[in-house]
Amino acid sequence: MTADTLLGADLLSIDQLSRAGIVEVLEAAEAFAEVSRRSVPRVPTLRGKLVATLFFEESTRTRMSFETAAKRLSADVASLAVASSSVKKGESLRDTAQTVEALGADVVIIRHAHAGAPERVTGWLEDARVINAGDGWHEHPSQALLDCFTVREARCAALGEPAEGSGAGPFEGLEVLIVGDVRHSRVARSEVRCYLTLGARVTLCAPGTLLPRDAEEWGVEMVSDLDDVLADADVVSLLRLQTERGSGAFVPSLEEFTANYGLTERRAAMLKPSALVTHPGPMVRGVEIASTVADAANALVLRQVANGVAVRMAILYLVLGGEPERLAEAT
Amino acid sequence: MTARTILLAGGDVVHPDGVRREDVLVVDGAIAEVADRIGAPAGAEVLDAQGCVVGPGLVDLHTHLREPGREEAETIESAAFAGALGGYTALVAMPNTEPACDSAAVVADVLSRARGALCDVAPAGAITKGREGTSLAPMAEMARMGVTLFTDDGAGVQDGTLMRRALEYARGLDVTLAQHCEDANLAAGGVMHEGAWSSRLGLAGQPAIAETAMVARDLGLVELTHARLHFLHLSVPASVRLVDEARRAGLPVTCEVAPHHLTLDDGSCAHYDPTYKVNPPLRPRSLVDELCAQLRAGMIDAIATDHAPHPPESKERTFDEASPGMLGLQHALSLSVAALGGAAQVDPVGLFDLLSRRPAAIARLRAADARPGGQGAHGGALVAGECANLCVVDLAATRTATLGDLASRSRNSPYLGRDLPAAVRHTIHAGDVTVRDGVLER
Repeated sequence: MTADTLLGADLLSIDQLSRAGIVEVLEAAEAFAEVSRRSVPRVPTLRGKLVATLFFEESTRTRMSFETAAKRLSADVASLAVASSSVKKGESLRDTAQTVEALGADVVIIRHAHAGAPERVTGWLEDARVINAGDGWHEHPSQALLDCFTVREARCAALGEPAEGSGAGPFEGLEVLIVGDVRHSRVARSEVRCYLTLGARVTLCAPGTLLPRDAEEWGVEMVSDLDDVLADADVVSLLRLQTERGSGAFVPSLEEFTANYGLTERRAAMLKPSALVTHPGPMVRGVEIASTVADAANALVLRQVANGVAVRMAILYLVLGGEPERLAEAT
Repeated sequence: MTARTILLAGGDVVHPDGVRREDVLVVDGAIAEVADRIGAPAGAEVLDAQGCVVGPGLVDLHTHLREPGREEAETIESAAFAGALGGYTALVAMPNTEPACDSAAVVADVLSRARGALCDVAPAGAITKGREGTSLAPMAEMARMGVTLFTDDGAGVQDGTLMRRALEYARGLDVTLAQHCEDANLAAGGVMHEGAWSSRLGLAGQPAIAETAMVARDLGLVELTHARLHFLHLSVPASVRLVDEARRAGLPVTCEVAPHHLTLDDGSCAHYDPTYKVNPPLRPRSLVDELCAQLRAGMIDAIATDHAPHPPESKERTFDEASPGMLGLQHALSLSVAALGGAAQVDPVGLFDLLSRRPAAIARLRAADARPGGQGAHGGALVAGECANLCVVDLAATRTATLGDLASRSRNSPYLGRDLPAAVRHTIHAGDVTVRDGVLER
């Protein structure tokens, strides 16, 4: 069952959203992107609301992005620094989450090393909403939404058309190529669902060891020869090798991975001139992406970071019950 | 001591060659008479068995009693309550307690704690010291106390040479080894079945071959040693096929399946609820259906519960962190009926073969076997002189599993709220009524 709106809901997975539900976020994010461009990029929309970030796994950039989004909406922000918290003393996930709700949190943003942790937490909270900021290998929905927002923005800009109001149109027939450690990537799982729902076609390219078992059922094509598929791609989404999760054992060496799956200068030259390159960060230059390719005009990496704040403002706004029709007042 | 006389009236009594409408008279712990219309002797308690099947008390080859060591999850007493309600009269206790049951002292402790429980308890001993998989446990001293089954359940014996030695040693003692088949390297820490669902959920999966590879290795070792080996909780049809072929070739091997592997599939994990985390993991529906077909085709010797109680704090965690296992004793009979195609399809003789007679033979709890602690016999024919361990079940009934009905100390049952076929009406353990009209006699 997919929903046409994120209004008042938890955001656990892209799976929960229909095309209309995803487009709603993208359109709302356009309004908040406009806020971000102001000299004082702050609106009183969520004044009095408490946004709590519970990051059980280190991630400075995603947490900063969510916290910046919350502050621009005038919400109060409370962060649990796991390294120095009760969690280290043996407190359970359930007790930590319930404690944060008892403090008055209206929304709890969770990053956890274990898949499904945010969904588990929804069963333990009374009223607070939950946003999944990345759970194990499962999903990272806000990342996929900001990736699609950024791709839509760039596609529309290339055509000289406004992104606002373009809906899912820019994704019709779009060829998306996701390259790298798909098996251990929550970004890949969210992107696959997001791009497919918006009408794009998706190809996964990785060595056999890094392709997920039985993923044909997702409706994607899976290949292992990058050179074969580069020329058809409109979007190349690069993934970092999750060496901290032991992915190093899935390839003989980083050098061999780079030789076969890195977006080197030679491979970048095989892309269409209009092709876009995305990366969720942090990038490892010289492994999955060559330095010059990362800095080229068609690489959207920094746009992704900038847009991330607007997309997360939209997510917070909708999850906390802000109606899309009243966006004009909210911004 | 007053004479304990019970008349089970009007039931369909399960004999090896079929079912007959008969009364069963129990006097002082033994079956006194089985015949058409027995008049109730003076002072006898008459239990109505009309519309029910009367069979031998069920025997579970695979129960985690948690005592000693994890009494907050379950005790021998509470597990036996759950067992009695499920129609069981004997439970084989897995040795993964704290301490592990790997010496005569622990066996003696378990047997003494089990005295007076509503089910007989037959402790299984560990194959290796501390179940650590590195050196043999003193199987002979445990065998002298009557232990007939040895296993490191919870983990398989990974070292092939050690398993070979264990089989060779066991053969000399005339005992049976039981293997939890899971190649740890192939399982690679997977917390559910590796397939479309694990990929979608982003959970580490363990492939079916992690089970089947160890089954294949151990069948080779049985061929080498000619020792008896029982395969615990097989969950993959390919494993069952290998065991069935080997048995037909004359090897002394048997296998069991667990009720949850016959009824639940890996899609149950879709919302990361660790109630559905179990090891071996739940498999895809196509494999579940095939396993049920193998059960109906007679390729499987026994249904065993793998009853694994866990306290809430072990399950109120992420799927990765939660302990594997689910409750089984109270619903195994119902789930077996469901797996065999429902009450209308079930042959009571075959049902009691799977749940009582063959498990009793594998654990050697029959009248002819030497039994630990001098306990009564199980899984025998319903004839005069046999020990009165009986299960009376209404196969046509339907009941809803509820939290309030659980007699276990733990609550980790995946069946709560579900309508299940068949209901245990009465259980008689060693001639005493332990369950009367579905209600426990504490």
